[in-house]
Amino acid sequence: MNADTVILILVATITAGVPLIFAALGELVVEKSGVLNLGVEGMMIVGAISGFMVAAESGQLWLGVLAGAGAGMLMALIFAFITLTLMANQVATGLALTIFGIGLSAYMGQAYSSVALEGIKSLHISLLSDLPVLGQLLFSYDPLVYLALLLFPLLVWFLYHSRGGLIVRAIGESPTSAHALGYPVIRIRYLAVLFGGAMAGIGGAYLSLAYTPLWSEGMTAGRGWIALALVVFATWRPGRVLLGAFLFGGVTIAQFHVQGLGVDIPSQFLSMLPYLATIAVLVLISRNAKTIRLNAPASLGQAFHREVH
Amino acid sequence: MLFKLQPRPQPSQRMVWLSPLLAIALMLLVGMVIFTLLGQSPIKAFHAFFIEPINDMYGLGELLIKASPLALIALGLSVGFRANVWNIGAEGQLTIGAIAAGGVALWFYETESLWVLPLMLMAGALGGMLWAAIPALLRTRFHTSEILVSLMLVYVAQLLLSWLVHGPWRDPDGFGFPQSRQFTESAILPIMLEGTRTHAGIWLTLIALVMVFVFMRWSVVAFQMRVAGLAPRAADYAGFNAKRTIWIGLLTGGAAAGIAGMNEIAGPIGQLSMPLSPGYGFAAIIVAFVGRLHPIGILLASLLMALLYLGGESAQMQLALPAAVSGVFQGLLLFFLLATDVLIHFRLTPTWGSKA
Repeated sequence: MNADTVILILVATITAGVPLIFAALGELVVEKSGVLNLGVEGMMIVGAISGFMVAAESGQLWLGVLAGAGAGMLMALIFAFITLTLMANQVATGLALTIFGIGLSAYMGQAYSSVALEGIKSLHISLLSDLPVLGQLLFSYDPLVYLALLLFPLLVWFLYHSRGGLIVRAIGESPTSAHALGYPVIRIRYLAVLFGGAMAGIGGAYLSLAYTPLWSEGMTAGRGWIALALVVFATWRPGRVLLGAFLFGGVTIAQFHVQGLGVDIPSQFLSMLPYLATIAVLVLISRNAKTIRLNAPASLGQAFHREVH
Repeated sequence: MLFKLQPRPQPSQRMVWLSPLLAIALMLLVGMVIFTLLGQSPIKAFHAFFIEPINDMYGLGELLIKASPLALIALGLSVGFRANVWNIGAEGQLTIGAIAAGGVALWFYETESLWVLPLMLMAGALGGMLWAAIPALLRTRFHTSEILVSLMLVYVAQLLLSWLVHGPWRDPDGFGFPQSRQFTESAILPIMLEGTRTHAGIWLTLIALVMVFVFMRWSVVAFQMRVAGLAPRAADYAGFNAKRTIWIGLLTGGAAAGIAGMNEIAGPIGQLSMPLSPGYGFAAIIVAFVGRLHPIGILLASLLMALLYLGGESAQMQLALPAAVSGVFQGLLLFFLLATDVLIHFRLTPTWGSKA
């Protein structure tokens, strides 16, 4: 393996991690507010097809990205209404959202499975992109990659250095006290869930508009679930989400290169790697029950009604 | 807001049974809107979706064939769900059950014997249990979320099946299709009703129904599991074994899903192929909820969900709608059920007139 291959693998790893960064950072905010939305996979795939449809019809790729975000938010709104206003079980509602989303996306995408799209292009910054090694490693991505990387510091700032973030975390820890202090628990949870939906939608749109610019049924292939696992893996800390996303990006890419190296393993076994890696990492993190219990938002998954508490 | 949710002093028993009916009505209503938006005549679409598929004996047989795995898996899952054990990977357990049973069928390919089917049944159940044992073990030993692990294993199971039917178990005369050889007669479940494809697997579902009913109604373990689900702390103080609850919850679901997988390949499919199930493992989660985690409710809910599957197929043929429409209806049904369930614990009171 020469240096060029290594750089190629690193670059591919970054891009493979990007949809996970969007979806997992979005879900992180949702869970910080005390809500567990298992519908990430459903929101992602509806974001993927909505983005693709809008881009294919309008010829505007960025309009597609916006549509992906909007579609993810609409899906999240369904979840928010049922779990926050009507106080239904969050686990079951999230599952319903995923089943609904997979069905809906297959249905919406029926006419688009053979449509070809240019896809969002990588930026070429003169001088910088032409630098040897660094140029490729740092300045050869499409704008959404940079957006994902920008999202991370913004989110850290918001969650840990802003008043809004403090309120979100307080609500996740103890909605009853937050309510007593006068914070609108339900409204803030709504906002968090909608933000998570928009991020999942963008993550999905990244898949169908940039990563592999095409639509195929079930193309998210469990990435929404891996994003959920990432949040646990990260013990609800944004830095670790970023790290984890690249780790899984690397595992995803590794499967192609193992085969390229002439190792004779059936492709199906290599495709299992991301899922097996997710399980392995979950085991490592969960082994110490205390880390999970200390870090998970205390009210995660519990419904809130101001007259019941 | 026009309405306000007011807590009821006591959960409404009436709403426990009314809300599924309300959910069905709302699903049909929204379905009508969707069909109209798609430019279909709603009456024609409804006829194609809900009446056409079951207006003859063959259709009713198909309904039973589809309801059977849904009810079977949902029965198994309901045991765990009652104890807050969230096995979401029944689809994978079904796949492994089918692989194990299919392996037996292919191993004894030339054998004509009565014990091939019972052996397949055992292999199927064990396969499903083995796959469910992984999240159970990781949950009890390492506190790993059974939701995520069982789900990840769905993808692993499907890839395993894909490898088998593309590789070592591929039918040499199958023109390269990803499928195994057609099973011979001794590995195929007998037909129950003349003129339909209704197979003996239905009986297994009915037996499971009685077993789960008896278990839930009379066993101490089931009572302890239910307490563990409703009040984990109380169960802890009472010294109920939490690990046993997790194991029983997951293994029951796994065994049921594994048997359902065996029924599919020894019944309507007759071979191992890709894909094996139209998402029975996931749809069964909805069946379990809509059926209120109660055996009789599950039976009724499975018939409804089976009808949604058949309706999707019929809509595909008659109205050129994609079969995936049924997934939309299934999701809607669960949404509406969860939404209307709020009425069990809350009362809707109009906010006009009174200053609340």
